[in-house]
Amino acid sequence: MMISQFIIVGAALFSLGVYGVLTRRNAVLVLLSVELMLAAVNINFVAFDVYVNDQIAGGQIFSLFIIAVAAAEVGIGLAIVLLIFRNRHSANVDELDLMKL
Amino acid sequence: MLALLTNVNTLILATEEGGQAAEALSDGGTLASLAWLIPVVPMVAAFAIVFFGKRMPYKGWDIAIAVMGFEALYGTLLLLSHISSPIAKDFSVEIAKIGNMPIEWGWSVDGLSIMMYFVVGVVGFLVFVYAKGYMEGDVRFTWFFASFTLFAGGMLVLVSAPNFIQLIVGWELVGVASWLLIGHYWEEHENSSAAIKAFITNKVADVGLFVGAIMISMSVGSFRFSDVMHAIEGGAAEAPVLAQFAFWGGLALFIGAMGKSAQFPLHVWLPDAMAGPTPVSALMHAATMVTAGIYLIGRMFPLYAVEGFADEVRWVIIIVGALTLFLTGLIALVQDDIKKVLAYSTLSQLGYMMAAMGAGAYTAGLFHLFTHAFFKALLFLGAGSVIHSVHSNNMSDMGGLRKKMPQTFWTFVIGSAALAGIFPLAGFWSKDEILASFEYAGGHYTTAQGGAALGTAVLWIAIAGAFVTAFYMTRTVWLTFFGTYKGEAHPHESPKIMTYPLVGLAIGAAFFGLINMPGITEVFTDLVGGRAFAGFHDLEHHADGLNLVLAFVGTLAAGLGIYLGWRIWGPDRATQAERDTFRVNGLYPVLENKYYIDDFYMDGVIRPIRGPMARAVNWFNGHVLDFIVNGAGLLAKAVGRLVYWFDQRGLDAAINASGAATGAGGGALRLLQTGKVQQYAILIFAATVILVAGLVIWF
Amino acid sequence: MSDWFSETENWAFLVIAVPMVLAAFRAVTSRNVVHSVLFLVVALAASAALFLLLGAEFVAWTVVLVYIGAVVVLFLFGIMITRAPLGTETQLSHNYQTKIGAALVSGALFALITVTTVRGFGDANLTARPTRADEIGQSMFERFVIPFEVVSVVLLAALIGGIVLARRDPVDGDEAVR
Repeated sequence: MMISQFIIVGAALFSLGVYGVLTRRNAVLVLLSVELMLAAVNINFVAFDVYVNDQIAGGQIFSLFIIAVAAAEVGIGLAIVLLIFRNRHSANVDELDLMKL
Repeated sequence: MLALLTNVNTLILATEEGGQAAEALSDGGTLASLAWLIPVVPMVAAFAIVFFGKRMPYKGWDIAIAVMGFEALYGTLLLLSHISSPIAKDFSVEIAKIGNMPIEWGWSVDGLSIMMYFVVGVVGFLVFVYAKGYMEGDVRFTWFFASFTLFAGGMLVLVSAPNFIQLIVGWELVGVASWLLIGHYWEEHENSSAAIKAFITNKVADVGLFVGAIMISMSVGSFRFSDVMHAIEGGAAEAPVLAQFAFWGGLALFIGAMGKSAQFPLHVWLPDAMAGPTPVSALMHAATMVTAGIYLIGRMFPLYAVEGFADEVRWVIIIVGALTLFLTGLIALVQDDIKKVLAYSTLSQLGYMMAAMGAGAYTAGLFHLFTHAFFKALLFLGAGSVIHSVHSNNMSDMGGLRKKMPQTFWTFVIGSAALAGIFPLAGFWSKDEILASFEYAGGHYTTAQGGAALGTAVLWIAIAGAFVTAFYMTRTVWLTFFGTYKGEAHPHESPKIMTYPLVGLAIGAAFFGLINMPGITEVFTDLVGGRAFAGFHDLEHHADGLNLVLAFVGTLAAGLGIYLGWRIWGPDRATQAERDTFRVNGLYPVLENKYYIDDFYMDGVIRPIRGPMARAVNWFNGHVLDFIVNGAGLLAKAVGRLVYWFDQRGLDAAINASGAATGAGGGALRLLQTGKVQQYAILIFAATVILVAGLVIWF
Repeated sequence: MSDWFSETENWAFLVIAVPMVLAAFRAVTSRNVVHSVLFLVVALAASAALFLLLGAEFVAWTVVLVYIGAVVVLFLFGIMITRAPLGTETQLSHNYQTKIGAALVSGALFALITVTTVRGFGDANLTARPTRADEIGQSMFERFVIPFEVVSVVLLAALIGGIVLARRDPVDGDEAVR
């Protein structure tokens, strides 16, 4: 197995995640795309960990941390989406443009 | 004191090469080193009189007479010291610097200065005594003595000056004092006009003085007289710069001397100066101030004597002196005012002195200055005594005063005889010496062709002048003291305070001539002549004995004048009326109008300046100069308007445009801020991709 | 290149990777919300399989448990609560201009990473390394104990934050919030 193939797969996933972040109108779906990106990163970390043969398994442990933080982030993110939905009765990110000049 | 002594500067002549028979010149000791008091004491006293005079018991006269007594004493002491062992020393203290040339204050103690100290001191003392009586009761008594003392101080500054700058200071001081004193009775407009005339005429001549002083100082590199003499000693080859400028410098100095010593044609101020009180006329305009010019020429005599420097100026000097001598003497014949007679007589005698200088007879000219101081002051004081008693200046109001004012009469006669040159009075000796110098010049004039002829011509003019002098003095004496009294006052002899000085001066007039009889006593010559310029050889010629021919001719001329005067104005004439109306029809109007010189000055010089020239200059100032100035202002205003327009339209437009551009740019950029997160995100990602791609491609 | 195909692992890799990418693609382009979430599940499961292929067993299992088990459930809840339009719905994505821009950007990103990687690593090989849980545990509590503690604090914060953010404020007169 080549290291490149894992990274390319990770890159594909990441790019698709970016596409999703930029394109989706529903806030929850944006978060979903962010999850996709994080998963891609995980693949990268573990692949490199194995490639480098890290004795302390730093890559794997870090990906564990990423998973944990991602979970926390989703929790908070959804809570915020909920609040916005309560305020505006819509989860459309298009309508969240109060910061425009 | 120590500081002064450590700054002493020995007159170079005292030490130099003067190898032949030059006796050792002493430095005068304490008497000389303290001689700075001579000019300083009267200057200080003048101010003291101004501030404290009114409170003094004698209203300021006490300070003045104390000062003059001090001067007379000091002058006499210095004279005696000089006779016993001759002094020649300069003292100088540096007070400033112009470039490399130091400006110094100092005092010189040598034969010439000592002679002047003596004259100013003794004659001044006697005149000051007299003045107390004369000015008694005058409303400005204290101020008079303050100005008079200031004059004495200024004159002494002048004659003690060892350098040009100080000489000029003294010169100007006496000019100011003269103006103050002539205008003493300024309530009459003509008196203040006379004072201004004296000052302005002197000022015109002073241009010459300044130019001459500067030329000579600059070409020598020092203001000091001793340095100038040193430069001349070496001869024209050693001092080429001085030799180049000497002629014009010497001529310019002579012009300055012409003003102060009232030579023709700058003599016009002296007769009008008689408007001042008689003591002033006696001291200033007879004995001392007017002799300042003679003194200057005497001081600078080597410049005029040594070949290659200014010796050609002597031509001018002798001609001017001879003209003055004769022409002014003639005017004295037709004057009615006794003081004016004496004034013209003074002018004539000044002409003698100046002509003697021009002939190269330095000692003769100075000796005549010395004797003239005594007998002319005597004559003026006597005239003042008469005027004081008769309350009129005009001889037509006088007559027969000899019985009523005996002391005045006898002293006046002695003075007149001295003036006319009657043996053995003082004037005889000094005038004779001058005639001898003219005769010598006639035979041996140093600068070539025409010189001999000029010398002889001047000799005959001088002899004729002696005749005229005796003539008008006899007239004066007869008109004043003989005949019957024609006035309305009650003439009486003057108080003792006025007659004693007359006696004192008469003694001087009578006997001082004896100190310099040629061949017998040579006190004056030694005093002033040989030793003062020890570094020079053969500066002038001295006769070995009395020239009997000349003495006889001179006495003959004087005798002729007395005889004619007695014939015309003596009491033998049939009627007084006829005597009083004696006129020579063609000559008298010219003489009475003083050769129309005053009219020439007034109409030819003063009126054009006052009138058309002043108006022209005023027009120029108003239209041309002011126009330029105003034009500059208008131009500034126009430029200001232009700049304002440019600022408003040009600069502001540019600035406003930049502002508008910024606003437009901002407006465009504002559109980026949509508030939509995804748009921000896409921009961020795109930028990142581009940047990283750039990095990757580059490396 | 033919060497690569001869190895079994690579075949396994292909079998896992292709569906993963396809699922990911469908996740971001689907018009059905729930379908998107389910496609995400597939992608995540595939990534866990990849981890197994690499020998990181603990990580694989954690992904399944946490990601698929908890996070995805959370997403479903979120969808329900925000009343996302269920079923097929028109406007879940932006108009096509945005899509083109986004596609360009993401495509450029993908190309960039790929090129860089291929240039950098080329033919470098790796071999799977089975990692036991106790190795992970050992390393975690020796070397990485402090980040571990910090992450636990983060989780605590998220927990509390989530509760605080999402509760309804009590209106006057109401009873206390449940």
